[in-house]
Amino acid sequence: MAIHTPRGRRGIRLATGLVATAAITGLALTGCAPGTSAPTETTNADVSTELTTEEVNLVIADETGFPVTDKLAEEFTKQHPNITFTINRDTFQNLTANAPKLLASSTPPDLIRLPTIGDTVKDGLLANLDPYYDAYGWDAWPASQLAPLRMSEDGIRGSGSLYQLGLGYSITGIFMNLELADQLGIDAPPQTMAELEEDLATAKAAGVLPIMAGDKDGVVNFVVQAAMNQYADKDEFMSWMFNEPGATYNTPGNVEGAELIRKWADAGYFPSDINAIDYFTFTSRFSEGEGLFTFNGNWAAADYQKALGDDVTFFLVPPINEGDGHVAMGAANSFSVAAKSAHLDEIVYFLNWIHTDPTARQIIVDVTGASPGGDPSLPLPEVESGSLIEKALEMSAQIGAENGQVDFMANTTAGIYAGSIIPESQLLVTSKITGEEFVERVQAFYESEVG
Amino acid sequence: MTESTAPRRGAARAASRRGTLVGWALLAPALAAYIGFVVVPFGMGIQYSFYDWNGVGVATWVGFENYAKVFTDATLLASIGNAFVLIIYFTIIPVGTGLILASLIRSMRAGAFSTISQAVLFLPQIIPLAAAGIAWSWMYAQTGTINQILGWVGLGGLARPWLADYGTALPAVGLIGSWVLTGLCTVLLLTGIGKIETSLYEAIRLDGAGWWREFFTITLPGLRQEIAVLVTITVIAALSSFDIIYTSTQGGPGRATLVPGISIFRIGFTQSDVGLASAFGIVLMVIVLAVVLPIQRLSRSSR
Repeated sequence: MAIHTPRGRRGIRLATGLVATAAITGLALTGCAPGTSAPTETTNADVSTELTTEEVNLVIADETGFPVTDKLAEEFTKQHPNITFTINRDTFQNLTANAPKLLASSTPPDLIRLPTIGDTVKDGLLANLDPYYDAYGWDAWPASQLAPLRMSEDGIRGSGSLYQLGLGYSITGIFMNLELADQLGIDAPPQTMAELEEDLATAKAAGVLPIMAGDKDGVVNFVVQAAMNQYADKDEFMSWMFNEPGATYNTPGNVEGAELIRKWADAGYFPSDINAIDYFTFTSRFSEGEGLFTFNGNWAAADYQKALGDDVTFFLVPPINEGDGHVAMGAANSFSVAAKSAHLDEIVYFLNWIHTDPTARQIIVDVTGASPGGDPSLPLPEVESGSLIEKALEMSAQIGAENGQVDFMANTTAGIYAGSIIPESQLLVTSKITGEEFVERVQAFYESEVG
Repeated sequence: MTESTAPRRGAARAASRRGTLVGWALLAPALAAYIGFVVVPFGMGIQYSFYDWNGVGVATWVGFENYAKVFTDATLLASIGNAFVLIIYFTIIPVGTGLILASLIRSMRAGAFSTISQAVLFLPQIIPLAAAGIAWSWMYAQTGTINQILGWVGLGGLARPWLADYGTALPAVGLIGSWVLTGLCTVLLLTGIGKIETSLYEAIRLDGAGWWREFFTITLPGLRQEIAVLVTITVIAALSSFDIIYTSTQGGPGRATLVPGISIFRIGFTQSDVGLASAFGIVLMVIVLAVVLPIQRLSRSSR
């Protein structure tokens, strides 16, 4: 039979002991608060735009599945053999979670992929690029492209000092399967939101899935925000994304956009298993010919072209009234330089080279399909005529000319995407909440995070 | 007598003192590791829970504010509720199934078949939970194995994206846990049954008892210790679950499968709110202790 052991009581005693010890340790430690003291401003008074002749190894921390840094580093070393690179990769999620700790360590990477600045500027972890902005003459670059990469002393994005640069500047829009469009009698991309809705209804009536989208990992928000962009006041929306005091997500335009998504969900325009579909699944299902439309960015253009050949086109989300300006999400594939980098001049030289060297710009376009950014007077890299990438570059240029670029709302704060936008949009696209509830809940989370 | 005992007593005392010193010396490495890797981080966790801190920058003392938030935030409270629902799938189903399987295997003749069934049942245990989560999310998909099988047997009408359906997501995730943990439960309970005196079984058979009577009178009481251990392990697995959920649903759809483990991870590492994450972690630990300690006590006193 079972042997009597006083395991229970010992367990309790052990637990109490543990709690007591820990509590004492904790109390002893409370004398000094965790973390560092307030950061000291790092300024680099004498910046150099001349590349060193010494042997230097630059360290880049990048996400997996983003091969453009490999190609750029290889080409740079070919042109400047004294500069070599070490590229460390981690998944997007791990990298973004670890970025502040990596930057704060005694041996930070020189350059790091950093989608949201968050507290890193406040904590003095990022190099202020303003001295280089003047030295290299980056004022010739489109100001609207650099604005989201700036942060003021109060932690508000959109203005202030420059803390990031993009390795390619992306643009989003709608891909249309031309073979399905042909079958449905749709001969051209819609020019207004009303035309888009007509096409969606036509597809649904014919038993064709109108929009291929997924929301297991939140990518349906390309559609949600595309709708909001058309109704919302762009500057008001951006001020929220840049965390300006008093800015709100709960605007009539945003509610209208969200209600439209609810209407589309009710009408069955999305896949029935949308919340089980992740980014990889929805892109491959569109590539296999499922869905008339899909909302995605230029980065997907090359793969869609490979899968669907000439049976696919790419266009900007249409405005409400024909002829109105377009509004589209776009963002830099943003990288930041660590404040503690020992090779500031070299890494910034590399960044400037990416925006100016013809081979580097060609690499950006060939590998990412994104616009290389930089001085608009520089010649654009060559691309295959009639290709989706050519379309993407034209769209970037058009949005630039119309000044219609907005950031992704997922970049608003570090936690808002996983903590609120994803779960609430899952409820919205399956008709569990109204558009108004969606907007209210995201704003409530925003307030709890920004405070 | 007194002349000779005094120095001897002194020597004994010295020897015992030396013994104590040697004891501490032998204990020191383990104690240092325990203090360094368990007690100190735990203490730091308690300390962080009283601060508003992003993990890197300046920390501000906020008293019990983080704890107040844990107990008033509906999302966080709902995630605790989900963790308790998981106890059904992580504890009740595996331990129940394990008991039945173990007594069935016991009644089998020892041989190749009983060895193979043990090995097969234990197999899921060697698969990492994260991998199980990914594999099962494929099987649960709209076009996955589960819906295919339902289609073959004429139940295609029941087919659905199991992990994306608000009603089935939590049970579906829970059953992954049941699948993994049943093997462990069966094997451990089988070992326990092996230790029960066979004469007890012979005696109750002579008294004319059937399988049920035998199960409730001999097997179940004889396995009390093993059941207590299993319930403890599996309840902790349920309340602090993370990997299965993270790889299968990430808490969705909506927040239908959100559990404290995922919340703490997000708050701490995505939102960089180390203080709130620590406070929630401490609360979770207290909840786990509050559930597990009575189980330990029960297994001891109710015999």
